[in-house]
Amino acid sequence: MVPSLGKDLLGLEHLTPEQIRLILDTAEPFKEVSERPIKKVPTLRGKTIVNLFFEASTRTRISFEFAEKRLSADTVNVAAQGSSVQKGESLVDTAQNLEAMRIDMVVVRHPSSGAAKFLGDRIRSNVINGGDGMHEHPTQALLDMLSIRDRVGHIDGLKVCICGDVAHSRVARSNIWGLTKLGAEVAVCGPQSLIPGAIEELGVTVFRRIEEAIEWADVLNVLRLQLERMKAGYIPSIREYYRVFGVTLERVERAPRDLVILHPGPMNRGVEIDSRVADGPHSVILHQVTNGVAVRMAVLYLLAGGQPELAEAAKGSDRGGAV
Amino acid sequence: MRPTLLKGGRLIDPSQDHDDVADLLIVDGKVEGSGKDITPPDGAEVIDASGKVVAPGLVDIHVHLREPGREEAETVATGAQAAAAGGFTSVCAMPNTDPVTDNQAAVGFIVKQAAAARAARVYPIGAISVGQKGEQLAEFGEMVHAGAVAVSDDGHPVESSHLMRTALEYALSFGIPVTEHCEDPVLAKTGVMHAGVVATRLGLRGIPSAAEDIMVARNVLLGELTGGHIHLCHISTQRSVELIRWGKERGVNVTAEATPHHFALTHEACDDYDTNAKMNPPLRAQSDVEAVREGLKDGTLDAVATDHAPHHYEAKDRDFDDAPFGVIGLETALGLGLTELVDRGYLSLPELIHRMSTRPANIFHLPAGTLRRGAPADVVVFDPEVRWTVDPTSFLSKSRNTPFAGWELAGRVERTLVGGEVVFSV
Amino acid sequence: MNPSYNETVLDTGAVADVLKRMAREIVEFAGGTDELVLVGIQRRGSDLAERLSRLIADQAGAQVPLGVMDITLYRDDLQTVGPRPVVGETRLPQQLDHKWVMIVDDVLYTGRTIRAAMDQLADFGRPARIGLAVLVDRGGRELPIQADIVGAHVDVPTGERVDVLVTELDGRDAVELVDGGKT
Repeated sequence: MVPSLGKDLLGLEHLTPEQIRLILDTAEPFKEVSERPIKKVPTLRGKTIVNLFFEASTRTRISFEFAEKRLSADTVNVAAQGSSVQKGESLVDTAQNLEAMRIDMVVVRHPSSGAAKFLGDRIRSNVINGGDGMHEHPTQALLDMLSIRDRVGHIDGLKVCICGDVAHSRVARSNIWGLTKLGAEVAVCGPQSLIPGAIEELGVTVFRRIEEAIEWADVLNVLRLQLERMKAGYIPSIREYYRVFGVTLERVERAPRDLVILHPGPMNRGVEIDSRVADGPHSVILHQVTNGVAVRMAVLYLLAGGQPELAEAAKGSDRGGAV
Repeated sequence: MRPTLLKGGRLIDPSQDHDDVADLLIVDGKVEGSGKDITPPDGAEVIDASGKVVAPGLVDIHVHLREPGREEAETVATGAQAAAAGGFTSVCAMPNTDPVTDNQAAVGFIVKQAAAARAARVYPIGAISVGQKGEQLAEFGEMVHAGAVAVSDDGHPVESSHLMRTALEYALSFGIPVTEHCEDPVLAKTGVMHAGVVATRLGLRGIPSAAEDIMVARNVLLGELTGGHIHLCHISTQRSVELIRWGKERGVNVTAEATPHHFALTHEACDDYDTNAKMNPPLRAQSDVEAVREGLKDGTLDAVATDHAPHHYEAKDRDFDDAPFGVIGLETALGLGLTELVDRGYLSLPELIHRMSTRPANIFHLPAGTLRRGAPADVVVFDPEVRWTVDPTSFLSKSRNTPFAGWELAGRVERTLVGGEVVFSV
Repeated sequence: MNPSYNETVLDTGAVADVLKRMAREIVEFAGGTDELVLVGIQRRGSDLAERLSRLIADQAGAQVPLGVMDITLYRDDLQTVGPRPVVGETRLPQQLDHKWVMIVDDVLYTGRTIRAAMDQLADFGRPARIGLAVLVDRGGRELPIQADIVGAHVDVPTGERVDVLVTELDGRDAVELVDGGKT
């Protein structure tokens, strides 16, 4: 019995481990589709999917677009803008307009936490959270976990440390939920001013020095440091951040274990991570990108589910699967 | 006006230490007397209050009535009616209107609107600074002369310690409290809820408790320096309560209030991004809620005040970051006080009446909170036992932004009288 | 024993005999093993394809390339099937152009599975010829599709269905009629 995902994918916080594993397992056959000469299956043919991005994003949007097109869906990209005063109206209006156009699925990225749920509560279409404020970015965490699983073979029992500006990171939060549910131990590492309050209450260890984190971890997920953090006074300078917290080749080579290095991209080479690490044998960063399309195909496929009542009627088929 | 006899209710009057079954006689809009088995005078209306509580009308020293400027959310009239429905006979209206109530004409406007409403009495609070900009003192004298009972820049903290000091000193000439919304604006900037594990989970920026504590400390110390009366609004943290207690022990003329939502809810209420749980100061942790309850019990927090903050539903129908702060409270305050404080054993019923009527009237020097002979007949009659479910669509307030929709509360207002006239009955 | 079991159409021995015959017929149909490729349809079709591949190796001494296909993503009834069926592995030999592809499945019924399989194969290449070998043909076609090689024709009474069991998944080989199925 396949555990259903419900109407929307808003985050990993409220998914069960079974549901998370379902998505990762479903991504496997979709990896193969991307290796074919004809990278298309007719599965979502005729479905309309809108990529509603209130924040600029090339990588995530393109990844979703490939996933949608490889499933034969029709895609529309909407780059919505609005001043912070207008943001609220935009979201409600947008929801109603989408509903009126009978869109099948929406992938939404928005600068406010909770925006995906706000949309999902108001429209019948499936809503996929492509990143809401600082809250969650579930498909990123899923592809991160798939990449870890591909390299190491399993997730449970692994020690994964998320490094960098965790406080403002939706990627970090989704990873914390997903990894802990699949049995990994999770830690965070960064300057205290960039670590979220009460994070220990979520079962996460805090390291104040990157050396301690590297000593402990099997896997590092290195987050991008944004220039605004320096301007907002959280850290004194980029240079100092690199010296104290940078994932450098020397530090990685001194690690007691064979570290696996992830980064959600785009990278600030020479700030949070050394080029030689990003391009080196420990890194699965490019693999993450490949997995991203497969994971997103899996999510779209699982959410665009059918109507269970009709399934009962269809269940008369022979056990051999002939239909 | 006919005399009115409220017969056989449990008459609780904290101003006279009275808590017993007794009759209350009202003549010409004033309390004529109370006692057992009063003979009704000719033509008197006799109302059977047996099984009910008869108390001085509740006094809410902190409400926002939005008029002038935001009449789609509330007006003086609808706010006064909502107050009466909640058992309040007097409310004090904050000046963060548009334009700001910072001069005698604006104060006079509120007084006039209140009189026309013929519901609960509305006393204006004037601004501390012109336009609430935190720069120049407003004309306290003129505003008091026009009817203001206190001054406040609520909505904002007074950032400048110099201005707060000056305000406290200047207010001494008029015998009015200076009331303050305690918040270090830089520390609290961009925060939308309490800084704790719930904010971390939801990915929302937090307002640390320290933002309130820092200003509470500053204000208590300025109270000590000036000898003025500093009243602290909507206290929400454990440390704030401790600091106020410390100040009182040292003889500082500091008083304080807490809202029902701060003794009934924690930051868990923000789960699911419910914008009806977004207000400033935010809902905090369980330990803070406990401290507020204890503070109301031992008198560190003198009064319950709702900080009734109406918002049109469209304003709140947004993502959490964007929605404005504030929840309404006039029509649920008594029920919450009875359910969360009395039924849970923190306060006795007379103590609750004291915190919701007599004491706030005292601190703001209002002719209310008492049923002694000659006092205005501002009375609330309520049934402390009846259970009811909160249905925002039935509120008399224009707004619906309450976090208590669907809650089952004990205790409901039956009748509210202002100056002997019934301004609300169920 | 399956309580709804009604009748054994083919027992283990019979299945083995039928498979041997089918293996010979496949090679004959393809005119030899040179360009022959077997593609089994998940799940039991792929087990049968593997058996046939071994039988062909025994009989003709040639190792015929073997692939498996999961046709779930090409089904025409995805909207009604409810909780998404788990998608199995698809693994096909690199080069399909100019080949003789023999699709292998356990039961041929409405023909929709085979329609989906052909659509899927078309996305991988252009075989010279596609053929179909099934262990059981139970009739009841809804599309104009026929099998080139059939193990057994089975009439299925109303209210029953035909089950193919394979050792790899079910512990034994058999073709049985059981209760259930469309009425």
